[in-house]
Amino acid sequence: MNPILVLLPAAPAGGLIAGTAEAIGAAASIGTPIAVVTGPADALPELAEQAASFGAVRVHTAVVEGPELGAPAADAFEAAARLVQPELVLVPATVEGREAAGRLAARLRAPIAADIVGVTRDEQGVVVRHSVYGGAYDVESAATYGPLIATMRLGSIDDRAEAATPDVQPLEVTASGRRAATIERFEPVTQVSTRPDLRTAKRIVSGGRGLGSKEQFALIEQLADTLGAAVGASRAAVDAGYVDPSAQVGQTGTSVSPDLYLAVGISGAIQHRAGMQTAKTIVAIDRDASAPIFEIADLGVVGDLFTIVPQLTAALEARKG
Amino acid sequence: MKIVVLLKPVPDTYGQRVLDLETGLADRAASETVIDEIGERALEAALRHAEQAGDVEVVVLSMAPADSQSALRKGLAMGAASAVHVADERLAGADYVRTAEVLAAALRKTGFDLVITGDASTDGTGGVMAAMLAELLDAPGITRLESLEITADAVRGTRATDGGSMVVQAALPAVVSVTEALPDPRFPALRGIMNAKKKPVEQLTLDDLPLDEVGAALDETASPRSIMLSVAERPPRSAGTIITDEGDAGERIAAFLAERRLA
Ligand SMILES: Cc1cc2nc3c(=O)[nH]c(=O)nc-3n(C[C@H](O)[C@H](O)[C@H](O)COP(=O)(O)OP(=O)(O)OC[C@H]3O[C@@H](n4cnc5c(N)ncnc54)[C@H](O)[C@@H]3O)c2cc1C
Repeated sequence: MNPILVLLPAAPAGGLIAGTAEAIGAAASIGTPIAVVTGPADALPELAEQAASFGAVRVHTAVVEGPELGAPAADAFEAAARLVQPELVLVPATVEGREAAGRLAARLRAPIAADIVGVTRDEQGVVVRHSVYGGAYDVESAATYGPLIATMRLGSIDDRAEAATPDVQPLEVTASGRRAATIERFEPVTQVSTRPDLRTAKRIVSGGRGLGSKEQFALIEQLADTLGAAVGASRAAVDAGYVDPSAQVGQTGTSVSPDLYLAVGISGAIQHRAGMQTAKTIVAIDRDASAPIFEIADLGVVGDLFTIVPQLTAALEARKG
Repeated sequence: MKIVVLLKPVPDTYGQRVLDLETGLADRAASETVIDEIGERALEAALRHAEQAGDVEVVVLSMAPADSQSALRKGLAMGAASAVHVADERLAGADYVRTAEVLAAALRKTGFDLVITGDASTDGTGGVMAAMLAELLDAPGITRLESLEITADAVRGTRATDGGSMVVQAALPAVVSVTEALPDPRFPALRGIMNAKKKPVEQLTLDDLPLDEVGAALDETASPRSIMLSVAERPPRSAGTIITDEGDAGERIAAFLAERRLA
């Protein structure tokens, strides 16, 4: 039945980590998705039910609460891997997901496929796909002996599984007693945003240094809201404090492949392009006609963003009627 | 106190990075190799601590081909006291686990109170190494620190995670990784560059490492954990229509988006 184990550490702010539905969807496309969920005792039943609603045919649960960082969840994931003996372990590549993948791989001495964007099966077994050097190369790899532990780039897989009837099985976990850091407190990001998640958004409006200030960056937010888009940014905009670091797109930020990427006041440095050049349609606004962003834009507009963006927002609003 | 900073030589992101279409490995002749910038930030954090606390030794460590010592030299020029270079032909194409085993064994040999790494490299983008090292070394691990404060027996800081940030602390010895939110690295001064030439670089091969202490074999070249099946280069993207604003560009973009059903 080709069991595929999906690791689901609870998100620190509550709920399942982002990317859960697509990880389970990807697992279902090549085998039987089995999830292992860790989290506080009182939240587990609901988390397990959610995992089943995304298509996990069996959900193993383990209570992980208290201030220790990383190691206790790893104990649970290790127990699940030994029990399920999966062919592939899939983990959404969020911060907690990568932590779980790294720790499990070290314990099992199992191969890691990092930041995969696709998974298929051939006669030999599971094959994973990577997008390397900012989308310049497509690489396929496979494990020679498993299980392969793959972290999955969010927003890269469209497969979704049908909801399954919850079959929840608490896991027996022996504490490893590994030394761990202590969490003193957690602070959720304050502004509760109704905007789509940058990592999985179909449309993104990104602003760069050209916006000039945090106040003026609001132009990007307004345009994004009109389009129902997520807000992105260049590193220069993040460094200047216009926007939260989680909005950074690029080499060292998030890699995105939306249907629309609208870059505003972003020159298009190679490290920025590395995170967005696989977008289906790219529109760029910049006053410098020689900005490298224009080399990859489907529509490039040379001009002042401070006049163009308000006009664009108004025109889109008008079209909405 | 001994702080070991891990530096990874990577293809310069400012240049064209090339994969060998036969092996799937980086074509190292095609682009310049530099220290990954995030490693420089990790080193900057260590050096700042060493400058204000007494009796702190900063060591830089790389696992890298024999001819890529320049990364370590730059680390020494920035101010590290010494360097450790693990180079061995049996490590060509080493995967994550192998790399973690070798670094962990090298860290055991060198000794450490604190290990600082970047959170993810610009070439592998895996973001798993610090967590793996914490496991292999049975040390507390904190990934993705946006700030850090080091004391004689602990490390503490803010960890950027999914949906918020955590204040986390760990007793030493510990392994941490840092993000780009840390201050920009310094440029090596001329004096630093001159001094670097006199600083010790310890050369190690697999035979010098206590691999058994981290449960690893000496030579794993015969049984790779994973294999590359295919590599294909994507055609580069080409430019579309470029227009200059004549007062109606906002309208024209809106029309373009509507036509493509993107608005
Ligand atoms: C290791 C490494 C990793 C990096 N990772 C990333 C990354 O993940 N993401 C990233 O973005 N960068 C990254 N960078 C930084 C990158 O090299 C650039 O510095 C950065 O992308 C520049 O951001 P920007 O385009 O906003 O700023 P700039 O390059 O300064 O561009 C601003 C643009 O705004 C335009 N402009 C100004 N005013 C107006 C106006 N009124 N109207 C219209 N246009 C205007 C200017 O013409 C200019 O083209 C990385 C660098 C390194 C070394």
